[in-house]
Amino acid sequence: MNSAVVQLPGLNRDRDMVDALTKISGHAPVTVWQTETEIPDVDLIVIPGGFSYGDYLRCGAIAARMPVMDAIRHKAEQGVKVLGVCNGFQILVEAGLLPGALMRNTSLRFVCKEVLLEVVNADTAFTRSYIAGEVIRSPVAHHDGNYFVDDETLKSMEDNRQIVFRYAAGTNPNGSLSDIAGVINAKGNVLGMMPHPENLIEAAHGGTDGRGIFASALDLVAA
Amino acid sequence: MNIPNSIAITPELVAAHGLSPDEYQRILDLIGREPSFTELGIFSAMWNEHCSYKSSKRWLRTLPTKGPRVIQGPGENAGVVDIDDGDCVVFKMESHNHPSYIEPYQGAATGVGGILRDVFTMGARPIAAMNALRFGSPDHPKTKHLVSGVVAGVGGYGNSFGVPTVGGEVEFDERYNGNILVNAFAAGLAKSDAIFLSEAKGVGLPVVYLGAKTGRDGVGGATMASAEFDDSIEEKRPTVQVGDPFTEKCLLEACLELMQTGAVIAIQDMGAAGLTCSAVEMGAKGDLGIELNLDHVPVREERMTAYEMMLSESQERMLMVLRPEKEDEAKAIFVKWGLDFAIVGKTTDDLRFRVLHQGDEVANLPIKELGDEAPEYDRPWLASNGRPALPASDIAEPDNYNEALLKLVGSPNQASRRWVWEQYDTIIQGNSLQRPGGDAGVVRVDGHPSKALAFSSDVTPRYVEADPFEGGKQAVAECWRNITATGAEPLAATDNLNFGNPEKPEIMGQLVGAIQGIGEACKALDFPIVSGNVSLYNETNGVAILPTPTIAGVGLLPDWSKMARIGGMNEGDELILIGFDGSHLGSSIFLRDVLGQTDGPPPAVDLEAERRHGDFVRGLIRNDQVTACHDISSGGLMLAVAEMAMAATKGASLTLAEQRGPVHALLFGEDQARYVISVPADLANFVGASAEGAGIPFRRLGTVGGDRLLVDEIIDIAVVDLVNVNESWFPAFMA
Repeated sequence: MNSAVVQLPGLNRDRDMVDALTKISGHAPVTVWQTETEIPDVDLIVIPGGFSYGDYLRCGAIAARMPVMDAIRHKAEQGVKVLGVCNGFQILVEAGLLPGALMRNTSLRFVCKEVLLEVVNADTAFTRSYIAGEVIRSPVAHHDGNYFVDDETLKSMEDNRQIVFRYAAGTNPNGSLSDIAGVINAKGNVLGMMPHPENLIEAAHGGTDGRGIFASALDLVAA
Repeated sequence: MNIPNSIAITPELVAAHGLSPDEYQRILDLIGREPSFTELGIFSAMWNEHCSYKSSKRWLRTLPTKGPRVIQGPGENAGVVDIDDGDCVVFKMESHNHPSYIEPYQGAATGVGGILRDVFTMGARPIAAMNALRFGSPDHPKTKHLVSGVVAGVGGYGNSFGVPTVGGEVEFDERYNGNILVNAFAAGLAKSDAIFLSEAKGVGLPVVYLGAKTGRDGVGGATMASAEFDDSIEEKRPTVQVGDPFTEKCLLEACLELMQTGAVIAIQDMGAAGLTCSAVEMGAKGDLGIELNLDHVPVREERMTAYEMMLSESQERMLMVLRPEKEDEAKAIFVKWGLDFAIVGKTTDDLRFRVLHQGDEVANLPIKELGDEAPEYDRPWLASNGRPALPASDIAEPDNYNEALLKLVGSPNQASRRWVWEQYDTIIQGNSLQRPGGDAGVVRVDGHPSKALAFSSDVTPRYVEADPFEGGKQAVAECWRNITATGAEPLAATDNLNFGNPEKPEIMGQLVGAIQGIGEACKALDFPIVSGNVSLYNETNGVAILPTPTIAGVGLLPDWSKMARIGGMNEGDELILIGFDGSHLGSSIFLRDVLGQTDGPPPAVDLEAERRHGDFVRGLIRNDQVTACHDISSGGLMLAVAEMAMAATKGASLTLAEQRGPVHALLFGEDQARYVISVPADLANFVGASAEGAGIPFRRLGTVGGDRLLVDEIIDIAVVDLVNVNESWFPAFMA
């Protein structure tokens, strides 16, 4: 299965993501620069983490208006899987591909630590290798991961099972509404999450809990 | 409309530039005329303490800087050390003390930015950062504000740039009330045959300006950093630069991309004294002149004078000499990354540094003399008398050892720094094997199956104050020991010497003594100094900081799967002390934090023992005979064991059978060259026999197990209580 990693100035976990995808799928993803208007045929497009455009103005706001985003939107409409991690999640929200907003952490501080995630929905294309209710480890590293959405949208997201990951009790690092750590679009092919599964995929990372997301999205697990 | 460059030179103006009358006379003798205003600014920038090392140079020359693995020693942007397979590690530490006190967020942020730039200027991709931070007393009204700003600034820049912060120090002492210390370290990886230097080569080649635009921020920053503070420091805020990590990240990628094309002949980042220092260094090192035309410098403010452009310390800027035929290719890379690219001058064969602005020649100076002929002082110095011996038998025992240990574990200087390092991205790049909280940070070498690098930053300022020579030795020994405790072989170090006003003989004596001690230890441990920085005049209203020569070292682990960690001990393991029993309580934290006294000499450092004990421990780790290892430093044996127990969240039961000497010295003595190791029970006899065979002193302490830390009948504390006390001080302080 082929994948693409989007590169924008200021993103800084693109190398981590390329490395993770290479190690898990056995071959390197293609990289796509922000000005490109077409994305090659791939099964998974990943927008990695970082500080695109310095997070100036608002996290993800400038990146969301770059030419490559139209190409991603087009691919998403065709059903191609899109994963946004950390800044990538913020960009997807700013681009209108996912509902909600990501605000400053309630501590007003950057936070980098390991948290626990509950896999709320294990029936998505990104979480098939987990079991519903399973609690997995994952690092977070962000300043603006405080997810917010209005009550009505939250209700419909819950009804549609769009909440994919929640911070397990007592580990919410940023004040997110309803402990939300990751959400998916209604169609089920665009996932955004604040935690960094790409930093927990091998023994050197101290665990492999993050592999399942990539293995699922790359169809490397039995359906 | 023309911007005026002509301002009359008066004695007041000369003094305001930090130049003494003697130094000004030297300028007159050198150029045979009165300097222009711009030229005065250039001299001030080049001849200040920060850039010229005029007080310290004579002593820095005595440090060992060579070794079989040293590829590049001091004098370039950073040191370069061979780590086998054609790889090298590029690293340096630098201070940003004065700016961080005036404007903590930006001061610390640009300190991190500056050191990262030093590393990637040489062609290395940064892979690890550390920060040694020292603040005033926790109850000083400014301390919380400074901690909050500095930590946020360090994180704000490093996190956005994308380098993991894997280690560092945070300490409090009232002697830093008026002058905090922010020492930033960075290390990068490069190929040994692809190192870039600042020496310009070839006449008539384009000098290219790259990166961010020039503004008025930081004008005179290096001169400011070379003076004492008084009550008017708030007025100096405009001399602090503003950092933009986004631009720096783009600059990194653009520079590394450009270096791949073969276009770069020489490169120098614009740090202290900006355009002036970078241009002079490139020319002087290559025995070439440089001509700059300021009309082509990208600026972000209107009507900037030549003086302001030459002295601006705007961040994220580079100067390069490029191959002319590669100009278009180079420009395309910088345009892609949204950065400025401007040809601002050329190399010449006349050894002059010429600056043109609006058709006028505003500076024409001999380039070699600007750097090489900078004043150099052999300042008078007074050796420290040291302190009389303080035997442990003269020091009171605590009434209650449980309380004493809890007090140390929860004290401002020993409490967990989690509040700080959780604000730093410690895992980005996916190679962090050991994050802050252990003996050293460890980062895997990307692309290699088993190699890793260990990093540690250390100094014990109270020792240096009590005895600069022994204190200097100890800083090196502790750094070497921390690296060894992971199983790594210490390769080389960088020094960041923070002291008060060198014009005072007793302060100069501290500097001289510390450098002599550092030199002796580096020689004995084959741990050369390959880069460094000196920060003097850390005084406010005549009160100097504690002498703080920070040593940051790098070590190599050939196989990280055999690395030791502080928290690796298992149920049933045996704990063994490697080294002699503790006996020395002078200048200890037991004395300071439990008894409230500052007295006695620091522990002596036996460098021969240091080396033998360390080599022995490293051998055990590499033979997979050790499950956990921790060096013994402040707080002695007992704090070391407590830290291991907390990291593992496991208890241990220790006995002090057949002890000689007082118990408090055995538990809290800060004698050097010591480690605590944890070994599987079935290997304990073997390890003991190995130590005996090698003539290494050791003591079998007891067994890992349960959830309490027990020492005979005198200590009995639940590990969870230790953890709670240890973790609660910092968040409570900052709340």
